[in-house]
Amino acid sequence: MSGMNALLAVILYIVLAPIIGGLISGVDRKISARMQGRYGPPILQPFYDVFKLMAKQNIVVNKHQKFYILCFLIFVIITGAIFFAGGDLLLAIFALTLASVFFIVAAYSTYSPYAYIGAEREMLQIMAYEPMVILTVVGMYMVTKSFNVIDIATYDQPLLFSLPGIFLGFLFILTIKFRKSPFDISMSHHAHQEIVRGVITEFSGKELAMIEIAHWYENVFLLGIVCLFFASNPIIAIILALLTYFLEIFIDNNNSRLKWQSTLGSAWIVALILGVGNIAFLALL
Amino acid sequence: MSYLPKSPWLVHYDASSCNGCDIEVLACLTPLYDVERFGVLNIGNPKHADIFVVTGSVNEQNKSVIKNIYDQMADPKVVVAVGACATSGGVFRECYNVQGGVDKVIPVDVYVPGCAARPEAIIDGVVQALGVLEEKYKNMGKVAK
Ligand code: SF4
Repeated sequence: MSGMNALLAVILYIVLAPIIGGLISGVDRKISARMQGRYGPPILQPFYDVFKLMAKQNIVVNKHQKFYILCFLIFVIITGAIFFAGGDLLLAIFALTLASVFFIVAAYSTYSPYAYIGAEREMLQIMAYEPMVILTVVGMYMVTKSFNVIDIATYDQPLLFSLPGIFLGFLFILTIKFRKSPFDISMSHHAHQEIVRGVITEFSGKELAMIEIAHWYENVFLLGIVCLFFASNPIIAIILALLTYFLEIFIDNNNSRLKWQSTLGSAWIVALILGVGNIAFLALL
Repeated sequence: MSYLPKSPWLVHYDASSCNGCDIEVLACLTPLYDVERFGVLNIGNPKHADIFVVTGSVNEQNKSVIKNIYDQMADPKVVVAVGACATSGGVFRECYNVQGGVDKVIPVDVYVPGCAARPEAIIDGVVQALGVLEEKYKNMGKVAK
């Protein structure tokens, strides 16, 4: 991508991603409600929530937590910016990991027992999904011979056909990334009795709003990776991403939470069988 | 106008209630009443909540708990006392350990009567609390300036 186009893509991403992410989250809540036989909140509800949080008093437990949360938001935005500018996919993944580290440090800085448990579980989640994320990038590299998103996106054949195992494995860890049941061990959008709200227990007001916006950016980035699997045809790619999200909502509403041991174990087994299996198959061909 | 009335998150505390009112509060979340259609979430964390819903009367044991939850909530915040017990002590009023209604320890904005309070009455109480919430938000701005 030329410099100008890349810049345009980044600006579009920074402006549109929160809007798309917020809408997706609103539709998510509506569909979840319908699956439970309820009427559900308005589609724009996530935006109302964030605007409300902006107006609330901000209770700060540790003065550094603001800085960490800000870094979390900034690095999530950088992740997406690298991705949508057509940059290095591996770099984007590492930027996202760095963002998660800031998120965890922010939770630790509050010295709250609930945030501690949340932060520890968040780290377990990173351990659970990171191998599969790396394998996804490696798989894409083996097919397209490039780590650059622009080369992967313009590859003439859909990656889905050469990477079916990796795609399924990625779907599996998306449940962890989207914080959906059965893997919403560190926090979720519903109250969990034993950990209150996990990592985000101690954040209120503007900080909570920033975390919410960061998650919208993150979700758009993750759905962008799903799109990469069918990038040769953008319409099918977007349909694929939406179907994926619908599947995650469906899984969320049909499962109760698992223990962290099961999260870690199942994610690694899936990465080993589907991810490594797929890559071994490609290498042998 | 702020977005507060569009997204009221509540935290529910069961003081020494007989559980009748608590079940009615939870009934509001069920498909029949579904308060989430007004953006209401039972958030379970005082730091994220805007509305404090208390059921049951105040006694020596839970006095400090109620006070603590109230203090942890971010401004603007409102308190809704649900049921006869929370408003006045109800049938437990004469007990040796009961102090009375929730307003003995924290300022209450809306009183919802009934034993047990009906889900319709609770939703109505929460909706009235939204008006108070908006009012407090305006005043909060004034104090800050
Ligand atoms: S008001 Fe009635 S139903 Fe509610 S807690 Fe008191 S005794 Fe129970």
